[in-house]
Amino acid sequence: MSIEVKGINKQYGDFVALENINVSLPTGQLTALLGPSGGGKSTLLRIIAGLDTADSGTVSIEGVDATRLPAQKRNVGFVFQHYAVFKHMTVAKNVAFGLEIRKRPKAEVAERVDELLKLVHLSQFAHRLPSQLSGGQRQRLALARALAVEPSVLLLDEPFGALDAKVRKELRDWLRRLHDEVHVTTVFVTHDQEEALEVADEIVVINEGRVEQIGTPDQLYDEPANDFVMSFLGEVTTLEGQLIRPHDIEITVMPQHDDAVQAVVSRSLRIGFEARVQVLTDNGEEVTVVLTRSHARHLGLQAGQTVWVRAAQGALTVPSLRAVPAI
Amino acid sequence: MPEVKEIRQHKSVVTYLLRFFVIGYLFVLVVWPLSEVVQRTFAPVEANAAGGFGAFLERLQDPSVTYAFGLTVTCAFWAVLINTVFGLGISLLLVRYEFPGRRILSVLVDLPMSVSPVVVGLALVLAYSSGSGWFGESLESVGIFIIGSTPGMVMATAFVSLPLVIREIIPVLEEIGTDAEMAASSLGAHAWQSFRRITLPSIKWALAYGVVLSLARSLGEFGAVKIVSPGAEFRGETATLLIQNRYNNYDESTAYAAAFVLVLAAVLALVVVTFIRRPEDRT
Repeated sequence: MSIEVKGINKQYGDFVALENINVSLPTGQLTALLGPSGGGKSTLLRIIAGLDTADSGTVSIEGVDATRLPAQKRNVGFVFQHYAVFKHMTVAKNVAFGLEIRKRPKAEVAERVDELLKLVHLSQFAHRLPSQLSGGQRQRLALARALAVEPSVLLLDEPFGALDAKVRKELRDWLRRLHDEVHVTTVFVTHDQEEALEVADEIVVINEGRVEQIGTPDQLYDEPANDFVMSFLGEVTTLEGQLIRPHDIEITVMPQHDDAVQAVVSRSLRIGFEARVQVLTDNGEEVTVVLTRSHARHLGLQAGQTVWVRAAQGALTVPSLRAVPAI
Repeated sequence: MPEVKEIRQHKSVVTYLLRFFVIGYLFVLVVWPLSEVVQRTFAPVEANAAGGFGAFLERLQDPSVTYAFGLTVTCAFWAVLINTVFGLGISLLLVRYEFPGRRILSVLVDLPMSVSPVVVGLALVLAYSSGSGWFGESLESVGIFIIGSTPGMVMATAFVSLPLVIREIIPVLEEIGTDAEMAASSLGAHAWQSFRRITLPSIKWALAYGVVLSLARSLGEFGAVKIVSPGAEFRGETATLLIQNRYNNYDESTAYAAAFVLVLAAVLALVVVTFIRRPEDRT
């Protein structure tokens, strides 16, 4: 195991940021810490990096107990949401920083900086100042700087959070490919479930200071441990007291199945290639159904129309713990 | 911004009136009195005596005058050095750490700006004089004299110019935040390395600005030094004290010459400050 976190607790005054966290991450894996803002995931990452201290519990990195080690001795690379590049140094100097601190020979530093700038596609900007780079380029610089010292683990705190949607998507793909090339144990914090599902080998879902579930993206998506994980990983709606994905609901204009529930269409909305239909069942449940544009057109759905809805075969449902609003 | 330019280009009667008022005000308050000093500096003392630059230099070469300027520079040097070191320390403490009494300390740091320098001098005398001072007697017993000697004058100067460095550094420290320092420490830098290579370069212009301001303030310090200094020729007479003494003793020409040098130093400081401000504005 590359990172072993045991029984971590952290409180800020009365606020419990982390409660008895136990996570172990194997070497070479790309892990996402996923959860809503303020759920404690960033705090956990900072505790692993040594930038914050836990009230109790232990952290070991590569088999070494790092609980009491200061950040500079843990050999971790850390990438901040807002880049934290050294503004007064050129791109090359930024990347060289960790190596110069370690007093490596000049030739070796130059060679390694060159190699890393190539890796993050910033070679032509080596002599620029960070202020002359775009946000995406700055974050790639920060990543190269963190990788320069050959850290045993790479930690990224909402690395793409400050970037616009398009750049975020590009960098996300790029991070995955980079990880496949360098194979350094990587942990990144995100509140974007799509990002986590797309990039990570394993996802740790953290909410209100507790680990809700640990698993591969498929496991989490197909077998969510509870209603929180189910609803956080994608859109959900409630049908007969069960949480279900809106695209897992079958909608017909005729009563074809015994288990179908009768409902009335209250609203139909088209967004791009999909249609979102809201129906009100006879027992007063507001259900959202998502179907393709062509399917919706084929059915000819209109507000006020009577329809029958049921869970599609093989659909995943989780009992809803939230009270169904009574009407 | 085109709108601003348009407003600026539109010159009404009010614009000219304001301009006239500001220029007139500055002339009456600053330019005219200072030009008098310059004029008197180079004017002949008596009707048939020599004037001009040569006479000016001659007055400055008087041993008591060189002593006074030497003492002023010594006091200013040590005061600025002390303020730079402590200013950096206090600024880091105030910005980077949370501790009980932080707000009180922050207010205390500003106190020397609002308290009259004469009061500062008096306070130092009360605390350190060998007769009545609280620490004075014990310091005297180990052979250290503060009041009436250079250390006391350095202290008075340092006290008065303390906030200048701190008030320049604090906003910059707050603005740069701690992310870069934390990044440095995760890259293996110790606290000192991170300070020297990351924090210091980020605040260097603010620091330089504060140092120049506090140097200018120290060179011109009068009130606090007057109280703690014996103030006699060759005995604790700084340039500002010399100006007052000579002026009162009808040696006005020397007073003007010394005053001119102080004005020159102040102007020089302003020029330096303008050049320091520029690189900061660019980023």
